[in-house]
Amino acid sequence: MFRRLLTEAAATVTISVDGAPVAVRRGDSVAAALLLAGRAVGRTTPVTGAARGPYCMMGVCFDCLVEIDGVGNRQACMIEVEQGMQVLSQRGARRIDPLS
Amino acid sequence: MSVDLAIVGAGPAGMAAALEARRLGVSVAVIDEQPRPGGQIYRRPGRRDQRIEKALGPEYAHGMALIDRFLASGADYRPGTTLWDLSGERRLSLLAGGAAHEIEARQVILATGAMERPVPVPGWTLPGAMTVGAAQILLKTAGAGPAAPVVLAGSGPLLYLLACQYVAAGVAIRALVETTPRANRSAAAPHLGAALAERTLLTKGLSMLWRLRRAGVRRYRGASDLRVEGCQRCEALSFAIGGRRERLEASLVLLHEGVIPNTHVSMAIGAGHDWDPVQLCWRPRLDAWGAATVDGVAVAGDGGGIRGAVAAEHLGRLVSLGAIERLGAIDAPRRDRESRETRAALSRLEGARRFLDRLYEPAAAQRVPADDATLVCRCEEVSAGEIRRAARIGAIGLTQAKAYTRCGMGPCQGRLCGPTVAALIAAERNMAEADVPPYRPRAPYKPVTLGALASLARADISLHTAVSGTQRVASLDNI
Repeated sequence: MFRRLLTEAAATVTISVDGAPVAVRRGDSVAAALLLAGRAVGRTTPVTGAARGPYCMMGVCFDCLVEIDGVGNRQACMIEVEQGMQVLSQRGARRIDPLS
Repeated sequence: MSVDLAIVGAGPAGMAAALEARRLGVSVAVIDEQPRPGGQIYRRPGRRDQRIEKALGPEYAHGMALIDRFLASGADYRPGTTLWDLSGERRLSLLAGGAAHEIEARQVILATGAMERPVPVPGWTLPGAMTVGAAQILLKTAGAGPAAPVVLAGSGPLLYLLACQYVAAGVAIRALVETTPRANRSAAAPHLGAALAERTLLTKGLSMLWRLRRAGVRRYRGASDLRVEGCQRCEALSFAIGGRRERLEASLVLLHEGVIPNTHVSMAIGAGHDWDPVQLCWRPRLDAWGAATVDGVAVAGDGGGIRGAVAAEHLGRLVSLGAIERLGAIDAPRRDRESRETRAALSRLEGARRFLDRLYEPAAAQRVPADDATLVCRCEEVSAGEIRRAARIGAIGLTQAKAYTRCGMGPCQGRLCGPTVAALIAAERNMAEADVPPYRPRAPYKPVTLGALASLARADISLHTAVSGTQRVASLDNI
């Protein structure tokens, strides 16, 4: 959906998206990184299971929710990528590990 | 921790307010949810790129200079920090790096800016349907543009601005599909004279249209009944125009119907709000110094009513002077003297704003979805038909609609569906929108986990905050 228009090279970091390594530009939000990696869908809704992706990119709509480093319901548009970050697309409601 | 002045938001208003306060020796904390300063308008990337900044134009360059001054001002700037509760005693409950903490302030300025008005057309929830503002944020922060010819649809200056920025950056545009009602031109005409007081704004507008024409960008004017089409993804935009239907294939459709104040926090703290019949939105009731009806809280910039980035910077200065005077750091005569130029600049901008408001007033059909199947609440997937039915059986405000249908109960807390639900209730019950009570947001303003709450170092965290917070977290965990 999106491509990079930049002329200047920038440092990259590697994140994991649904288990696969993806090289992304340092300073990108997780949502931007996913869109630039060709992933328009980040989650399915808890109500009907419909596919959703980022809509507003400014923290209002919550449609870019993903699981980041084991925590669900994170707003991918508000968080910058970090080396080694584990991003999982979210299916339905966030998953909570039961207390042991 | 305690500061004289806490500012929420690091856009033009928040940064200008901080600069003024620092100049006059007041201690300032600036809380901003974004990882980098500038607000939405001057969003700065982690690494700047000359080509992108050139495409973004001279206003963006002005913003970058403002950011540099702000960062050097000595304000305690806290990026990546979310405000999730603001108490009556002006205690700010914050969330940063997965942990909660609190600060106390003698005065608070909310500079929470604007959000884009929802564009509830069929298919607007499909991946690949985004807002014009979202795409502009991607351009500013990631240097990203559409990979295939893009369709921009709706109304408002931002539509033309992004199109021009795309042209300058070499991005292919399939078409602009414009929903601005033709009647707006005659409604705006009487304000043209007043708008001429601030010529740069009009010149800028005309220059944008001229650049689009020179670039050969196709414009469909007077379009209606927009539909984003596709199965699992956005595949096309279809619309009615001149008695026929057109369909433009595009994997990315960018929607826009103007911006409205982001009043989530000002509503949550119980500040008085008024319906703005021209801008068609709620805005906090403010005095001449931006002070809200809640003690010690003021609002600066677009969060107090849409006036644009230039005015936001002036308002930041003005509202800051008001707060600084209330703090006792300057006296009233000095406050009045130092705000004179700012007030004059704001009054020059006023005429142009009135003109723009009327010229780009969204079409009623774009605010009130005709098709009952159109989703209104994206979170809980509540349709226009369900809201209409709720209105018919007795929902006279948003709180009732919420109880009947679950609209507004998802993680966005009604930020995005509120305006549409209200417009639907008003239309269905033949009420004025001013008479439809809006949602009453509550803390936490954004989801907070129990783990983050538990990290609050203070042992005497107020029972009210803790209880209302955990209830909300519990309900979020169930969705």
